[in-house]
Amino acid sequence: MITYSFLQHYWWFLIALLGGLLSFLLFVQGGQSMIFSLSKTEDEKRLLVNVLGRKWEYTFTTLVTFGGAIFASFPLLYSTSFGGAYWVWMIILFCFTLQAVSYEFQTKAGNLLGKNTYRFFLFLNGLLGTFLLGVVIATFFTGSDFVVDKANISNPLSPIISRWQHPWHGLEALLNLRNVCLGLAVFFLSRTLAALYFINRVDHEMLEKRSRKYLWYNAIPFVVFFLAFVIWTFLSDGFAVHPVSGEVYLSPHQYFLNLVEMPAVMTTFLLGIVGVLYGIIRTLFSENYRKGIWFAGAGTVLAVLGLLLLVGFNNTALYPSATHVQSSLTLSNASSSEFTLKVMSIVSLIIPFVVIYIFYAWRALEKKRTNVEEINEDPHAY
Amino acid sequence: MELLLDASLVNWSRAQFAMTAMYHWLFVPLTLGLGMIMSIMETLYVKTGKEEWKKAAKFWMTIFGINFAIGVATGIILEFEFGTNWSNYSWFVGDIFGAPLAIEGILAFFLEATFISIMFFGWKKVGKNFHLASTWLTTLGATISALWILVANAWMQYPTGMTFNPDTVRNEMIDFWSILFSPVAINKFFHTVISGWVLGALFVVGISCWFLLNKREKDFALRSIRVSALFGLISSLLLLYTGDGSAYNVAQRQPVKLAAMEGLYEGKNGAGLIAIGILNPEKKSYNDTLAPYLFKVEIPKLLSFLGYRDANAFVPGLKDIIEGGYQTASGETLSFEEKRERGKQAIQALADYQQASQKKDTVAAKMYKDRLMKNYAYFGYGYLDHPQQLIPNLSLVFYPFHIMVILGIYFIVLFAGVLILSYRKKLEHLSWLQWICLLTIPLGYVAGEAGWMVAEIGRQPWAIQDILPVQVAVSSISAESVRLTFFLFLILFTSLLVAEIGIMVKQIKKGPEAEKIEE
Ligand code: HEM
Repeated sequence: MITYSFLQHYWWFLIALLGGLLSFLLFVQGGQSMIFSLSKTEDEKRLLVNVLGRKWEYTFTTLVTFGGAIFASFPLLYSTSFGGAYWVWMIILFCFTLQAVSYEFQTKAGNLLGKNTYRFFLFLNGLLGTFLLGVVIATFFTGSDFVVDKANISNPLSPIISRWQHPWHGLEALLNLRNVCLGLAVFFLSRTLAALYFINRVDHEMLEKRSRKYLWYNAIPFVVFFLAFVIWTFLSDGFAVHPVSGEVYLSPHQYFLNLVEMPAVMTTFLLGIVGVLYGIIRTLFSENYRKGIWFAGAGTVLAVLGLLLLVGFNNTALYPSATHVQSSLTLSNASSSEFTLKVMSIVSLIIPFVVIYIFYAWRALEKKRTNVEEINEDPHAY
Repeated sequence: MELLLDASLVNWSRAQFAMTAMYHWLFVPLTLGLGMIMSIMETLYVKTGKEEWKKAAKFWMTIFGINFAIGVATGIILEFEFGTNWSNYSWFVGDIFGAPLAIEGILAFFLEATFISIMFFGWKKVGKNFHLASTWLTTLGATISALWILVANAWMQYPTGMTFNPDTVRNEMIDFWSILFSPVAINKFFHTVISGWVLGALFVVGISCWFLLNKREKDFALRSIRVSALFGLISSLLLLYTGDGSAYNVAQRQPVKLAAMEGLYEGKNGAGLIAIGILNPEKKSYNDTLAPYLFKVEIPKLLSFLGYRDANAFVPGLKDIIEGGYQTASGETLSFEEKRERGKQAIQALADYQQASQKKDTVAAKMYKDRLMKNYAYFGYGYLDHPQQLIPNLSLVFYPFHIMVILGIYFIVLFAGVLILSYRKKLEHLSWLQWICLLTIPLGYVAGEAGWMVAEIGRQPWAIQDILPVQVAVSSISAESVRLTFFLFLILFTSLLVAEIGIMVKQIKKGPEAEKIEE
């Protein structure tokens, strides 16, 4: 039976999946954060910029779709988070805007700011975009500081439904060490994935060698920060929802219990972690192995999917308010109407086709690895 | 935490949205228009096998790429600004408004993002037909994304296919098709997209004339002109036709906007259309005795005919709409005061309903709900205090409307002339006409921005027509924060625009020879 509750779960699943895909595609940002360190010569820099530049639109589009899907399926989450945590989101958006023009503009004559400025924009986007997205996602577990009262709308003097309480409007999330841990984990993960991507894509001995070295430098901090976040979260209280009354309360080890009580989610999560580690470790220890990105990429999608299902599912709040616990957003109080979710679910059946043509197009362009000569010959190269 | 609503917050939020949207609209129409033209040229290449077409298509593609990136950059801000700056709105209508946005992402953006990379990087990697398909799919993706966002915009101008749910306090979708196929949405889609085609055609004709003026690339320039002048002529005729549809829709559904477009205070039967006119800047109130115009040239009865398809139909002016009491197809209209009264009742009934439901008093709850639903059509009026609030800034609607229409007619004449002269092989000798074409490019932008001003300023004070005024739609943040982001974005967008223009000028000067013809 397709019930309202099923649709809400289905849509949270899709959001979590998009979150997973986005985390994987953040390898573009991770790579951007390394253009000044990984490459030494101009040719090397151009090569890196160009192999990343053919993928940036996917990351960007996934981010936009992630936002659009939240708007459509959980509008209260969209309005509360974006309208409340104003400054974090604005910074994230700002640096993605910088990125969007930086590939196309950097080597073109007449670009006003010069090549290095645009590369610096890419670097900034790689640094802040990944870290802050991680911090924001962590607040889904640690909670934020907002009040929601739907009765406000009938007060013409003060009609706004969601109000953020903290004057920093989202930046206060940085004061919480657990949020920072996930931010750093996402940052290092994106760089780890980028190193794997370069190993797979670039036909350049020096760069490949350096990428393998960088894999060490980034994979280790990634694992450390990721484990710190996960263990800390499993040991902490979570925001549980009473299935009948809808009341929200703090419950010890909620996220760990969710993992245990939902074997499918646990399998997804663990498979994901195994995939990521396999991709990394095999690349580290075998000189000629270049397919690590596929394992680590798929693993990232699964692990993040599993992680995001730990909030929302199993009677857990998906966007908790730590200061006004009853204001926390849940699958049922934040979602769209049943009708809208149904319409959107029909539309979502198109997604597999989208994935197929993306895969097909990707293959068509990338039959062999990219080298410096190819870039230098291509009049459309960045 | 900002409790009480602050007028400057609303103004800064509007300013920020308007600025982002207007910057975005500097880039999108060129994407839509150049997309069509380069796709047509590549089709000619594949059909005829002539390398010249390929060279032309590739040149315009390069320009397309420069322009596309910055359109994307401004677009992402818009997508999220509904949440960051209009959070109350986002909850109130997210059920309906979010769906088109999400569909846009799934259907359109991925199409664009995927095939644009084949279009740019695939010349040697995929076959001719596959490449051609990719070019068309890129253009199609851009066009479909315009469809969905315009459906969303049309819904705000003419809410349909929904019902208000007092339990969740928001509007919920009940009929997807009536939202998608609302006459306002369909017309808006065509008028807006076709305006992009016209702009693209003006751009290609104008730049090609620059090559002619400089005695360079004659074959390429004339080739480009022939295709785009024909395309531009057809598009600008369609634009006139759909513009007429827009005006008709406005007359039916947003009478205040229509009155503002024409500066009409006193309604009349057989109202004329102002061809050109100057508003009286002294006139401050809808019911003072000052004359509305300093000067006007009027075409008799045309407004009645265009708005109601009847030369003698009554067109209400601002004063009539505020005072009510005239007849329409759906009966006698209410005055502003009456609507406001009913709006207040609706808002009060909602509050009472919420309290009654909390106390589980189902009888009272039902009564309040009935009262709410009976008055819901006027919900938004309950937040207004004064009839003057109902009137948008007239000069920001009246002048843009007339500028758009006059330019629309001028473009038709221009395209027709250029087309005829280029087929008679005279254009290449007429440098004054080449200059005119070059200098007309900015006017295409002016017309499009003017159109948006009409559509968006004309509907003030409404975020959603009659249901939600802008001051109830904002987020709870400080006006200072929004002012700060406003200036950050202003600086960012302006520098990117300057950079874009710089790059385009250089790229154009390089000319199509820079596109090496690779076999
Ligand atoms: C030829 C005569 C034209 C007429 C009668 C006309 C009519 C209109 C009307 C009534 C609106 C407001 C629609 C609304 O508020 O829902 C509008 C909007 C608009 N117009 Fe025009 N227009 C004309 C020409 C043009 C031209 C030449 C351009 C640009 C090249 C243009 C671009 C736009 C745009 C971008 C909008 C805003 C989007 C929309 O609401 O459709 N129009 N037009």
